[in-house]
Amino acid sequence: MAYETIIGLEVHAQLKTRAKIFCSCSTEFGGPPNGHTCPVCLGMPGVLPVLNREVVNFVLKTGLALHCRINPFSRFARKNYFYPDLPKGYQISQYEHPLCEAGFLHIDLDGEQKRIGITRIHMEEDAGKNIHGEGSEPFSYVDLNRTGVPLMEIVSEPDMRSPREAAAYMRKLRTIVRYLDVCDGNMEQGSLRCDANVSLRRVGESAFGVRTELKNMNSFKHVEKALDYEVRRQARILDEGGSTVQETRLWDAERGVTVSMRGKEEAHDYRYFPDPDLVPLHVDAAWIDEIRATLPELPDEKMARFMTAYGLPRYDAEVLTVSRELSDYFEACNSVAQAPKVVSNWIMGDLLRECKGEDEALAQCPVNPDMLARMIQMIEQGTISGKIAKTVFGEMVKTGKTPEVIVKEKNLVQVTDEGTIAELVDRVIADHPEQVVQYRDGKEKVFGFLVGQVMKASRGKANPAVVNKLLKERL
Amino acid sequence: MKITGKEVAYVAHLARLALSDEEIEQFTGQLDAILAYVDKLNELDTEDVEPTAHVIPMGNVVREDAVDTGLPIEEVLANAPGTQDRFFRVPRII
Amino acid sequence: MDLFRWTIQEASAAFREGRCIPAELMASVNSRIEAVEDKIHAYVSVAGDAAVQQAASLSAGNEASPLWGVPIALKDNLATRGMRTTCSSKILESFCPPYDATVVSRLRGAGALFSGKTNLDEFAMGSSTETSYKGTTRNPWDLTRIPGGSSGGSAAAVAADACVAALGSDTGGSIRQPAAHCGIVGLKPTYGRVSRFGLVAFASSLEQIGPLTKDVTDAAILLKAIAGHDHRDSTSVNVPVPDYPSLLNGDVQDMRIGVPQEYLQVGVQREVREAIRNALDLLGAAGASIREISLPHTDYAVSTYYILATAEASSNLARYDGVKYGYRAEPVEDLLDMYRRSRAEGFGPEVKRRIMLGTYALSSGYYDAYYRKAQQVRTLIMRDFEAAFDVCDVLLAPTCPTTAFRIGEKVNDPLQMYLSDIYTISVNLAGIPGISIPCGFDGQGLPIGLQILGKHFDEATVLNAAYAYEQRTDWHGQRPAL
Ligand SMILES: [Zn+2]
Repeated sequence: MAYETIIGLEVHAQLKTRAKIFCSCSTEFGGPPNGHTCPVCLGMPGVLPVLNREVVNFVLKTGLALHCRINPFSRFARKNYFYPDLPKGYQISQYEHPLCEAGFLHIDLDGEQKRIGITRIHMEEDAGKNIHGEGSEPFSYVDLNRTGVPLMEIVSEPDMRSPREAAAYMRKLRTIVRYLDVCDGNMEQGSLRCDANVSLRRVGESAFGVRTELKNMNSFKHVEKALDYEVRRQARILDEGGSTVQETRLWDAERGVTVSMRGKEEAHDYRYFPDPDLVPLHVDAAWIDEIRATLPELPDEKMARFMTAYGLPRYDAEVLTVSRELSDYFEACNSVAQAPKVVSNWIMGDLLRECKGEDEALAQCPVNPDMLARMIQMIEQGTISGKIAKTVFGEMVKTGKTPEVIVKEKNLVQVTDEGTIAELVDRVIADHPEQVVQYRDGKEKVFGFLVGQVMKASRGKANPAVVNKLLKERL
Repeated sequence: MKITGKEVAYVAHLARLALSDEEIEQFTGQLDAILAYVDKLNELDTEDVEPTAHVIPMGNVVREDAVDTGLPIEEVLANAPGTQDRFFRVPRII
Repeated sequence: MDLFRWTIQEASAAFREGRCIPAELMASVNSRIEAVEDKIHAYVSVAGDAAVQQAASLSAGNEASPLWGVPIALKDNLATRGMRTTCSSKILESFCPPYDATVVSRLRGAGALFSGKTNLDEFAMGSSTETSYKGTTRNPWDLTRIPGGSSGGSAAAVAADACVAALGSDTGGSIRQPAAHCGIVGLKPTYGRVSRFGLVAFASSLEQIGPLTKDVTDAAILLKAIAGHDHRDSTSVNVPVPDYPSLLNGDVQDMRIGVPQEYLQVGVQREVREAIRNALDLLGAAGASIREISLPHTDYAVSTYYILATAEASSNLARYDGVKYGYRAEPVEDLLDMYRRSRAEGFGPEVKRRIMLGTYALSSGYYDAYYRKAQQVRTLIMRDFEAAFDVCDVLLAPTCPTTAFRIGEKVNDPLQMYLSDIYTISVNLAGIPGISIPCGFDGQGLPIGLQILGKHFDEATVLNAAYAYEQRTDWHGQRPAL
């Protein structure tokens, strides 16, 4: 049977504010347990929340970047439930009147663009952390440092039709929140978390099938894997004539399966109501304009500009704009080197390999854009060959020395002097009479071998163009 | 009846209150009487009436994103019935 | 001379003129507490000698503050740093906050002294202090009767001269009703006038902290000291605070006084109705113009209030779970057992009843029928008052339909208990200011309260109307024989 996969994602992004959403405690990660707490985030009797303006600004930024409608009236609601990591017995969230609604973003799959709808973006506070005792220890331990750290919840429309699309959506969302500098996007550390609603329906049907909610996918790889598994699981049930049940399932990364939470889950009756301790938010045009003015160039716009302004292929432009750090690196490098495609090749090849694609590693990489640009200039000017440049690059990474110093110290300057190269060419011809005969008999491939021998003899420093020319003349 | 014993038991669970059978019965009677009284609100047509959550019209009360030092750990834990090291200690969750 | 009988102005004048020092007054109040506390049980905890020592070491410098050296009693739902704050509940019996309520720090800053923490209905849920885990406070005028509630301890302490003045909180009448029953002055400010930071929440959208005092001038002084914007309370309103005491002139010439006809109908004790009529005559004779007005949705206020207040309470009281502070049942089987038993054993029956009602009103399927409906009726009740204030400067009504009832009389009938708040709760729903002042006694010698209501943030006019009445009568000077 052919099924269509329907996926919607709920993403929680931890906002990079200095202080918590409703009190002035630090949001810093990894402090001593309960070291970033105060009467407000501890939920002590009689204390009251006051909203951190920056949280609103960050969500507005995201809402604008995702083409959302900014609601002129929004407010906070209480979501009531009991859990030890929730000190007030309710979470302050938004319910009926979220800050942003009805937006979208574009994902790129094999060169095709697809628009994914954003249902809403709202603000809420994070819960604390429960640590469970070891083995049969009858206790759990509560650390409330994370309680009150600001989150935004981004809810998508059920617009994704495959796990790959869902993963692409997550990556795009991560790229955008990082461009906006509102979230560090680290899934492993939990600053970006994702729950998915997954259902299947027969191709051609318009009604949605029964959906499961999938949780605990804490890396990009796992999002796709977990969804793949879940889609196959549901398809198998439907193929066997069964029906899926609405439930919450957890991704078990070790076993590579999703597991039902049935039985462990409470009937949800959150008793939302407007929080009487907080007043409504009225976001007017002036506030929106103020935020709009702070928006950076976003990945879609930047990619388009990279293609038109630098003549880069779509693929290059997409890779280079995946993060603000990387695109900044490219532009800084190219402003000196003035050779967009060459710069792009070096970045997408050696540099990204070196940094394993991580922006932190890029920031700490000893090869700064200026060094790479000057090395590329040395290639363009014929000072070093492309091959030697690989060595130079490796040395720059290892030692942090400038390309000029490395080339000088290691005596890597390209040899272009015809006299010097002619001597090497002559020696190679003399040492390989067999191959010379083969070439003269029309075996053109042997030419490459002979060039290689000359390069080897020059320890890679001979100018390949000159080697070619002289070898041809002599053969 | 506006409310049944079963509903009262469900609400008691939501509110995390351990109630005896007698208490459930007593609350059912009392809540039923109160809800019957409250029912008079339905005499009013409120179809086009905006609900009031805040009596004083105000909005946009915000603070700057500035960090203050929190409470010393001794004061954080001073009132807690169960602690260990720097943690609140509770019966095992799972 | 009995120093403890002083008002704030009298004490302040005595200090200024060097006739007395704060430690003497504090000691006098303490001895009075010792003398009457067995009878009335107004306090949950007293500061005792520590307050006298504090009085002795009170830093000079702000003697100009009218509260410098004045012993004030605090309702025990106001957070006091280093002093237990119990809300008269088992669940908070040993809770000691690491912070002061904003009103408390303002009073400290003004040089006030604290005689102790006063009794209340558990978590301010009640009209009689009978729901207190700490025992019932008795009415100083008749020890077999309730002092009113929930600020019954504060009201009884003021009436019995066991403090110079007190703070209470008013969610549905909890300052005005006990003030009326104890024959003193009690003021509920406009919602947002006084910071709620540090007031242990019962129903956040309804409650305000306010003064309970021996006369209107003291209420003006104490309100001035605690009012004003506080950045720690998002619902506190940033409007200027007038110098209330200096605005008291007793002039009601041409003041437009409205009398809500719904507040004088059946169910009102005859003597209460007469006392209100007399008060109207008196103010009319003083130059005010009196007119009948209508607040047509009055009948719906109790229903509205008990849905909204209990819904908010069910959420506000969820934090008492035995994890971070407060009572924890032990031993327990598991986490759920800990929650359910800690809360069942820690809360009294009235608190549980309200948590149950509020949880039900918010629960799935009932929100629109109860909570949303009540919010809509709240709008109608507010509009009633808006219309009334289009043609009136203040409204005048009884504070309660009857004088203080007997201890135990209504304790088993929650609905009857709720209905005794009928004239005070609309004021909280509308967020307007209201004062109760003494206006006579019934045949049994029990005080009657006169309620004056004003527009949002117009406490000055409310206080002045009350002052005008007080100037022309001497009810406020009468004290119970204890
Ligand atoms: Zn905090």
